[in-house]
Amino acid sequence: MDFLTREDMENMMIERHTKKVYETLKQARVAIAGLGGLGSHIAAALTRAGVGYLYLVDFDKVDISNLNRQYYRSCHLGRYKTDALKEELKGINPWAEIETNTIRVTEENATQLFGQFSIVCEAFDNPEAKAMLVNTLLPQCPSMKLVGASGMAGYDDANLIRTEKVMNRFYLCGDKKNGIETGNCLMAPRVMICAGHQANKVLELLLK
Amino acid sequence: MARINGIEESADGMMLSELLDKKGYSKRFIAVECNGEIIPKSCYENYKIQKDDQIEIVHFVGGG
Repeated sequence: MDFLTREDMENMMIERHTKKVYETLKQARVAIAGLGGLGSHIAAALTRAGVGYLYLVDFDKVDISNLNRQYYRSCHLGRYKTDALKEELKGINPWAEIETNTIRVTEENATQLFGQFSIVCEAFDNPEAKAMLVNTLLPQCPSMKLVGASGMAGYDDANLIRTEKVMNRFYLCGDKKNGIETGNCLMAPRVMICAGHQANKVLELLLK
Repeated sequence: MARINGIEESADGMMLSELLDKKGYSKRFIAVECNGEIIPKSCYENYKIQKDDQIEIVHFVGGG
């Protein structure tokens, strides 16, 4: 196929996912807080699934230390993750609607940034930031559902990573134990498995 | 008895901050839900655990 058209892309997704699933996902709006190993892979999976609108938030630039597990490539080094990831996602689907915001998420701005979304993925690496987002968004946004992650370092049994509804409107993916504090390094497989759990929970919430 | 992360415990009457200290949680890395609502960190010190409370404590580890 020399020239991919929007119609080709839509027909492919309808054929693969069914018209009903395609239409529902096309209308969906999902926000991702943090574009590291988790967020970048969640965004790629949701773009491939046909989620109509993604809002991507991160303050950081692509560093060489990200290349062992994050969606970026060496050509992205030094660029903002928001810009690099948007480019990659447009490469997957040129008609995907992607909005980015290059800003650090804080207790003060979190509700303003994410308040309009009904599904938000927590994809930070810092555990204090993870706790902050949950403690801020859940009480301030009464109809929002949060999909977060904790525990995906090392190369321990992949089957320990699971999705659990740990609170009202909060789903947690991971093994809840293996953090970087344990001395385990972050490696691509478990981080991608965890991101896959998060992306899948988002689809489940959108489609069920 | 109150249920803490799904397990019945005799924590009734205890302040939430005491329970968190006893269990060794660092307040920086947790979120606490009581009966379906998040308890703000500023209330950990003065929330007294009631006998039928369902408390969920989520502790975050680093990495992403």
